[in-house]
Amino acid sequence: MGAYIIRRLIQAFFVLLIVTFLIFIAMRALPGDPILIFLGEAETESTTEEQLQELRKEFGLDKPIMVQYANWVIGVTRGDFGESISYGDDVLTMIAESLPITLHIGSLAFILSAVLGIPAGIICAIRRGGNIDASVTLTANLGICVPVFWLGILFIYFFGLKLQWLPIQGYTSPFDDFWLSFRKSIMPVFCLSVFTLASTTRQTRSSMLEVIRQDYIRTAWSKGLKEREVIARHVLKNGLIPIVTLKGFHVRLLFGGSVLVETVFNIPGMGRLAVDAIFNQDYPIVQGVALMTALIVVLANLLVDISYGWLDPRIRYQ
Amino acid sequence: MAVLLEVKNLKTQFYTDRGLVKAVDGVSYHIDEKETIAIVGESGCGKSVSQLSIMQLIQSPPGKIVDGTILFEGRDLLEYEANGDEMRSIRGGKIAIVFQEPMTSLNPVLTLERQMTESLKIHLGMEKEEARTRASELLSAVGIPDAEKRIDDYPHQYSGGMRQRVMIAMALSCNPKILIADEPTTALDVTTQAQLLELMTDMVARFKASLVIVTHNLGVVARYAQRLYVMYAGRIVESGTSKEIFGTPRHPYTIALLACVPRLDEEDDRKLVPITGMPPNLINMAPVCAFLPRCPYSTEKCRQEPWPDLRKLDGDGQHYVSCYVDT
Ligand SMILES: Nc1ncnc2c1ncn2[C@@H]1O[C@H](COP(=O)(O)OP(=O)(O)OP(=O)(O)O)[C@@H](O)[C@H]1O
Ligand SMILES: [Mg+2]
Repeated sequence: MGAYIIRRLIQAFFVLLIVTFLIFIAMRALPGDPILIFLGEAETESTTEEQLQELRKEFGLDKPIMVQYANWVIGVTRGDFGESISYGDDVLTMIAESLPITLHIGSLAFILSAVLGIPAGIICAIRRGGNIDASVTLTANLGICVPVFWLGILFIYFFGLKLQWLPIQGYTSPFDDFWLSFRKSIMPVFCLSVFTLASTTRQTRSSMLEVIRQDYIRTAWSKGLKEREVIARHVLKNGLIPIVTLKGFHVRLLFGGSVLVETVFNIPGMGRLAVDAIFNQDYPIVQGVALMTALIVVLANLLVDISYGWLDPRIRYQ
Repeated sequence: MAVLLEVKNLKTQFYTDRGLVKAVDGVSYHIDEKETIAIVGESGCGKSVSQLSIMQLIQSPPGKIVDGTILFEGRDLLEYEANGDEMRSIRGGKIAIVFQEPMTSLNPVLTLERQMTESLKIHLGMEKEEARTRASELLSAVGIPDAEKRIDDYPHQYSGGMRQRVMIAMALSCNPKILIADEPTTALDVTTQAQLLELMTDMVARFKASLVIVTHNLGVVARYAQRLYVMYAGRIVESGTSKEIFGTPRHPYTIALLACVPRLDEEDDRKLVPITGMPPNLINMAPVCAFLPRCPYSTEKCRQEPWPDLRKLDGDGQHYVSCYVDT
């Protein structure tokens, strides 16, 4: 297992290099010039070509792409992510401020989808065809199709404006005001987790049903185990294997979803930072965010692989 | 010898999309203490379903036991709720089963220790350590070398034959009264088949249990079973002692079956004749004898009258046959 993890970490390193390089190229291939966007129309007209060159040089944008990338990588290894073109702030500091917010909302959504979705799926599978199964499955199918944006706006209108139960926007750290933070996070967390919750429920249900009809489950019954024991000892561990893959995939989805949710609920997280930076063509921020996201996704995948080994001895012993 | 288990008029059906499958349609048989019987028949004739019904292990839906009584130690097992306490104390404790599929009948993600000690804990109330010791003793008894260590392995580290040995050890672990072996060797090669059958009869004798061998190969059981039940399309068409069935088979199906299988204990070469035609599928069957389309002895009466019940043949034996024709 140890050697396996080291091998995976080396792989992960190359994945990060490739991902950041592709984003580096893609950002620069987009039409538009970050310096011009930064200056704005009025100022651009009053700026001479030499001054523009001067600015490009300051941000290192005058060098060949490969050199720019190499410089960026070298900077990153020293903990220097560069400066934002549009704000002038240190990129690492900006990420350090916004990433915890996204992680807070995202991990709550992740936990919610697992803690509700997995038991719901198990209950549906055990009571297959019953009333609970029918209503949960229907709800889950709705949850798969509902657009996050629309749901968010609906929630804001209903719970925020009509009923005035919950604050409609913004973010408060739980360390500053736990109760307010909790109330503010309810709607974003729920919106963000709807899809993952629904898909976790469905996948758990079908995966449990698949396992329940296996021969070794019949063997478990034939020993005289209680239903609870059959499910907990024999069905669950086998049934969880596909769920682990799904949850790894959900980490990526949640990062994508945070862009929408942070926009709708006006949360200053990394998703919104990324959107603004892309509009401003603020290369250093986009690069930094991409690296962070890729890093977390890679770590999540590593975790998935380790859990596989834990769940399935056939993988562990390979 | 005292009757241990008596099955009367068992009927198990499956409600499928394509229609009602009468997988077991009025089967009666019994097994005495310390006796070995065999249930023989072609694939799909309801052998497994009849055995799973005894333990109420039929998947429901689509399956359902619709009629019958299963008397065991003075109680009707079918009165018990499928996963209730009484039925669970029978399963693995009083009646144990070794399944047809060695490769898939063990849980791939649990060690053998976890899987083997479960029933010891439930039925014999053993603690972890005691159960482990007992389980590894059983593993050695079924011929797993280095059992102390190998009990910590996972099923995929065992071959098919070894897994079936593990299944046998597991089934016998709580000293059951009856061991049901549902074609335990079909998926394995011939040498392993013979070894496993020897092992099973051996172990069963040692544990003073009764053995039900389910098989589609008459040749396999000739040497081991005292009595035989021949099944066709969900019913028993002939039953009797091994001597009666092998010596004077009376049902046309049994005769055909004997003509098409090699026997382990046979010396001279004999020409094997396959049975013509296909076994019927059990959906929406006509009320006449199901073997009729394949039967070389069929008469007008067979086409007119319903499938006959088992009738006892003359003589002081226990030979029963369900056929109008005197072959
Ligand atoms: N879960 C099920 N759903 C629907 N039909 C079933 C189910 N299980 C068994 N059957 C049907 O019941 C009939 C008897 O099956 P069974 O498994 O008892 O046959 P068998 O005699 O054990 O055959 P084999 O030698 O292949 O094991 C078959 O026609 C089969 O299609
Ligand atoms: Mg079978």
